[in-house]
Amino acid sequence: MSNSSQCSADPAACAMIDACHETGVNLIWDRVATMMPQCRYGVQGICCRICTMGPCRINPAGKNKVGICGATADTIAARNLVRMIAAGTAAHSDHGRGVAHTLLMAAEGKGDYKIRDEVKLRGLARELGVVEKGKPVLEVAKGVALAVSAQYGQQEGEVVFALRAPADQLKRWRENGVVPRGMDREVVDIMHRTTMGVDSEFHSILHQGVRTALADGWSGSMIATEISDVLFGTPDPIRSRVNLGVLDAKMVNILVHGHEPLLSEMIVIACQDAELIALAKSKGATGINLAGICCTANEILMRHGVPVAGNFLHQELAVATGVVDAMIVDVQCVMPGLGDLGTTFHTKFISTSKMAHFATTEHIQFEESSALESAKKIVRAGIENYPNRKGRAMVPDVRSDMVAGFTAENIATFLGGKYRATYRPLNDAVMSGRFRGAVAVVGCNNPKQCQDAGHVAIIKELLRNDVIVIATGCAAIAAAKVGLLTPEAAEEWGGEGIREVCSTVGIPPVLHMGACVDISRVLMVATNIVKEGGLGTSIVDLPVAGVAPEWMSEKAVAIGFYVIASGIYTVLGSPLPIEGGPGVLDYLTNGIEKVFGGKFAFESDPIKSARLMIDHIDAKRKALGLPPAMYAPKGEAGAREAVAV
Amino acid sequence: MSKIIASGVMRGTQQIVGEAEKFWERARQDKGEGQKVEFPETAFYLPMACALMGLEVKTIGEMKPVLAEARSLVRKVPSDKVWLPYLGDALDCGIATLLAEEVIAVLRYLYKEEPQKGCEGFFSDTQMRQLGIQLVDGRMPGFAAILGAAPDTETAVAIVRECQKRSLLVFAGASSNGKSIVDQLAEANVETGWDNYIVPFGRDTISTIFPLNWAIRSALTFGGISKGNAKQCLLYCKDRVFAFALALGEVDDLKYATAAGAIDMGFPVIADTHIPEIKPTGICTYEHVVTEFDYKKIVPRAVEVRGVKVKVAEIDIPVSYAAAFEGERVRKEDMHVQFGSKFSKGVEFLKTLEADAVEDARTEVFGPDIDTVKEGGAIDLAIVIEVAGRKMRADFEGILERQIHRYLNHAMGVMHTAQRDQIWVRVSKDALKSGFRLKHMGTILHAMLHEEYGGIVDKVQVKIYTDPAKVAAVLAEATPVFAARDSRVAGMTDESTDTFYSCTLCQSFAPNHVCMITPERLGLCGAYNWLDGQASYEIKPTGHNQPVKKGRAIDEKAGEWEGVNEFVYTHSNRSVSRFSAYSMMQNVMTSCGCFEVIVGIIPEANGVMAVNREYAGDTPIGMRFSTLAGSVGGGAQTPGFIGVGRLYLSSKKFISAEGGLKRLVWLPKALKDANRAKLDERAKEFGIPGFVDMIGDETIATDAESLLKHLEKVGHPALTMDPLV
Repeated sequence: MSNSSQCSADPAACAMIDACHETGVNLIWDRVATMMPQCRYGVQGICCRICTMGPCRINPAGKNKVGICGATADTIAARNLVRMIAAGTAAHSDHGRGVAHTLLMAAEGKGDYKIRDEVKLRGLARELGVVEKGKPVLEVAKGVALAVSAQYGQQEGEVVFALRAPADQLKRWRENGVVPRGMDREVVDIMHRTTMGVDSEFHSILHQGVRTALADGWSGSMIATEISDVLFGTPDPIRSRVNLGVLDAKMVNILVHGHEPLLSEMIVIACQDAELIALAKSKGATGINLAGICCTANEILMRHGVPVAGNFLHQELAVATGVVDAMIVDVQCVMPGLGDLGTTFHTKFISTSKMAHFATTEHIQFEESSALESAKKIVRAGIENYPNRKGRAMVPDVRSDMVAGFTAENIATFLGGKYRATYRPLNDAVMSGRFRGAVAVVGCNNPKQCQDAGHVAIIKELLRNDVIVIATGCAAIAAAKVGLLTPEAAEEWGGEGIREVCSTVGIPPVLHMGACVDISRVLMVATNIVKEGGLGTSIVDLPVAGVAPEWMSEKAVAIGFYVIASGIYTVLGSPLPIEGGPGVLDYLTNGIEKVFGGKFAFESDPIKSARLMIDHIDAKRKALGLPPAMYAPKGEAGAREAVAV
Repeated sequence: MSKIIASGVMRGTQQIVGEAEKFWERARQDKGEGQKVEFPETAFYLPMACALMGLEVKTIGEMKPVLAEARSLVRKVPSDKVWLPYLGDALDCGIATLLAEEVIAVLRYLYKEEPQKGCEGFFSDTQMRQLGIQLVDGRMPGFAAILGAAPDTETAVAIVRECQKRSLLVFAGASSNGKSIVDQLAEANVETGWDNYIVPFGRDTISTIFPLNWAIRSALTFGGISKGNAKQCLLYCKDRVFAFALALGEVDDLKYATAAGAIDMGFPVIADTHIPEIKPTGICTYEHVVTEFDYKKIVPRAVEVRGVKVKVAEIDIPVSYAAAFEGERVRKEDMHVQFGSKFSKGVEFLKTLEADAVEDARTEVFGPDIDTVKEGGAIDLAIVIEVAGRKMRADFEGILERQIHRYLNHAMGVMHTAQRDQIWVRVSKDALKSGFRLKHMGTILHAMLHEEYGGIVDKVQVKIYTDPAKVAAVLAEATPVFAARDSRVAGMTDESTDTFYSCTLCQSFAPNHVCMITPERLGLCGAYNWLDGQASYEIKPTGHNQPVKKGRAIDEKAGEWEGVNEFVYTHSNRSVSRFSAYSMMQNVMTSCGCFEVIVGIIPEANGVMAVNREYAGDTPIGMRFSTLAGSVGGGAQTPGFIGVGRLYLSSKKFISAEGGLKRLVWLPKALKDANRAKLDERAKEFGIPGFVDMIGDETIATDAESLLKHLEKVGHPALTMDPLV
């Protein structure tokens, strides 16, 4: 294993990696090292295992220019890629399906869930054509739950939320036949289309990838976000803390990890249960400390300010502190290797999803019908495990403050208040050049890259150039760990324009908008900006970009596709596995822009990556006839330094 | 919002909401919840609460939800570190402050603590409407609220003069360090009042609510925005009411809180002290808070920040020139010389000549100039304007001639009243001392005619006569021309033309209102008749006055035509589909809010009354002008009530669909007397010579019952006409 500083830019992580190294605990970075070098065909996307005539590996320079069936490198790369999209879309959409099902249960009075945002519910009802006027809330909830659930299996037509997109973008989708019918429908289409002997024309395959990805972003994910807001409350800006230092050696530490808010919302309640707190105290702890990892953390951070122990690569490290008494997991991004750590540390792994079982964890099935009871049972198991702590606890004293909880809705409120809720100041900031533009920094951690380094370096470079940043998922947690989610960061890292606007509004220069599934919020922000006016007629026109510096998940591929198809230029820190297919590579990094307005670029160097986006933003500003950025970048000649008032 | 300001706003809001609650509780205990509360002469109750919350607060008890809303908007001061977004919260606090200040202000009225000495206090609806007219016709480009106190009296006066120079209406009030701009202006003997464009409203920050709840009413009146539609009302103020605040002296928490409310209305703050600037835009059109320490620059800076469009005609004369001086009187003791009225002969006359007979910009003075006249004296005066232009027509002469009144009045130290051979002109001692001479009248008239009527006049020369013989000659030439003009205008009938003129000038205020000007029904503001419409169209073919072909008649009696309906429908944003020119009962004309007179039915008398804006007393239908105006304006059709120009009363087409002038059963005495000659003439035409005296007025009756008795006694014809309703 390499030096810890090459594994992570986070001092808390480095401390834990070094400690594990000394005690011989095997971590993800060790597994990366032993895995190298990785299969070149896999990396380039030209290994086909779709039928058992193969596996076929394409070697364009050698004699195997096509597969046994005659599939070209482009066909194989495109098929492999869109199957990733299908998986990613399935994951996000299923998340949404679960939330929709929970809404139905709440509507029928089953389980412990309540409607927390009735205004949003009624708004959704109107959008979905569910009669709400004069109807009791539960009846409306049932109508909405059934209507959104029906979107999954819709066979024909257009998913409802796609109609939220600016008209110009919708027109592009319609002209190219990619407006999604239903989420399940499109995923099945991909699986069928890419099986042996069906679609072999790579544009056709990729466009179905676009259609499926749009079903994710503009429907599956959007349902997950919207219905979660209805059930658990639409977030408001909220303070919290982040990094391993939020764990408290004297308390029972319960960690939630995964992606869905259904269980974690109940865990939040269970952890405040007087009886359970008393039980914890009876075991010698001072109380119960709840924290999160990954996007489940983001969900309960956004709505309750529950502290975040870390992002994807912190899941093993948190356990290695020796103070996590229970790690409760649901779905997505939960490493199977986690369970093995249980032999070294006392942490009890509790899997809770019917869909996700682990050979080495205790499984306590989470039942939505008796959610709170399930949650209490799970927390109780953690408390009971407190006395089993063994050896020395090691909690790095590293934590940062942050402000999270930003949404497409509350941007208008914190800019204009109750009486003048508006995006105008945001649009004005962009139009005047105080904000050069906006970039969404999203995505995962990937142990093949130094943890957080890409995220943080790109964000700092963007801020210096007066580009405001929106972040979700593990990227947001990375930013939070270095204090970029504090309002003070605007002064420290922002250019003059960022400083002026952030100090006017009182916001951090990086706005945390939630879990990776909440990139649907980013789409709505972009749509609202277009609607507010003055910046073109489509998302394509906006001086914005997206970047996923450390992506690794199939979900990220789906996200990347719906983002470019929504008209946003997107830079990936490592290439999509398509480089073996020259046609696919050229289309996705070039030709597709003419069709949908956005395209991909691959760039591993964070500064170069930021530069690509800034150049793109400047070009979009020029096309809109906007003046250049108002101020020179921070730290460069001509830049104004902050004047203390 | 900088954090320092946001913190001030939140502290100020906590303080003022608490104060309002305490005052309210005291009033409740003193007077009970049923006690009536009201501002004088308004139909909008507590205007801010009415506009933003849709409430019609009439009693102490009914103020509860206002205070509850204010309380709910109170926010904690942002934390020292890791603060949460504060801009939206601070703006909401601003609204809470305005609501609280309004509660306090109306309670002060209850306790007779307002208006403060030498101050206007609450601005009545009538004043609001009058300002509205000036806003739409561009005489008044914006409003400056000067708050606090300048470092010295001289600076205070200088700032106010800078505002006047730009025709900005000044609202002066509040204090800083125990000193108020109100008293500074008084010390300097600056003439204040609506006519002088300087209105002191009160000496404390709380009274700033008066200009603000005046502004919000314009959204309801002119914008036609329904009460409770808060965001639209606030945006209306941002987009249409060009106001800003000049904060002079220290800005304390309450001022910050009040400023936050003003900012939510789109009104920026320009301060002369070191406070944090808020430059990013979005709630206001441009910057929200800026500082300017140079008093010479502070007004221009404010004009720029608010985006006020000031049209300063550069006129090379030795005195200040601006619309703000229009209402200025030259008092006898300040006067150097006067012309006309009962003191000497005076006449003004505009005529068209061939192009080669006019030398543009030439001004000649025949006879002694004003510096030769003994102080306080009077001499004869004839002002002759000779114009030439390819598009000039004899029809336009009277219209252009009538502008002389306004043009001369805008010069500081020059007073002009009336028209034709009735003029009365004074020039002040100060103006003379500054170097003002008769030739400067020519400079003004030449410049302004080109400025405003450049589309039709190509050349303008001015001859000014003071030699009595020459003045007499001008009079002799002009008198028959005046008579001919009268007969030309008076002779025009609606039937004699197939074209009317629209007026949508007021759509900047009342977006759905369309005025239809016919030869026999002038614009409801009284300022635009059919010829003006025609002239205006000639001057600017894409302007607010468009020719409207009548088209096929649908109902001759009611005055409804296809072409007119189509135009009105299209130009009222498809909100008015039918329009009758001569009826006040069906498909009536809408009003912007600028009407001179409101005509309304008195069902008990089977007739109508007419009430003019200047009349503040009671009417037989139990509503005063200001209350009536609230429901008639804003571009909505209100059958039974119309807004009209006063000359329409004596038109043959005056509600002719309902029987015409014979329906008129009541009007204020002053209006009756002013229009008596014309009304008498009409009465003779329909054969009831003593008719005008049958009409009731406030000396006879101010309620329907006694009016009816009077009408029966005099045998008023309305009583025997067909039922009106």
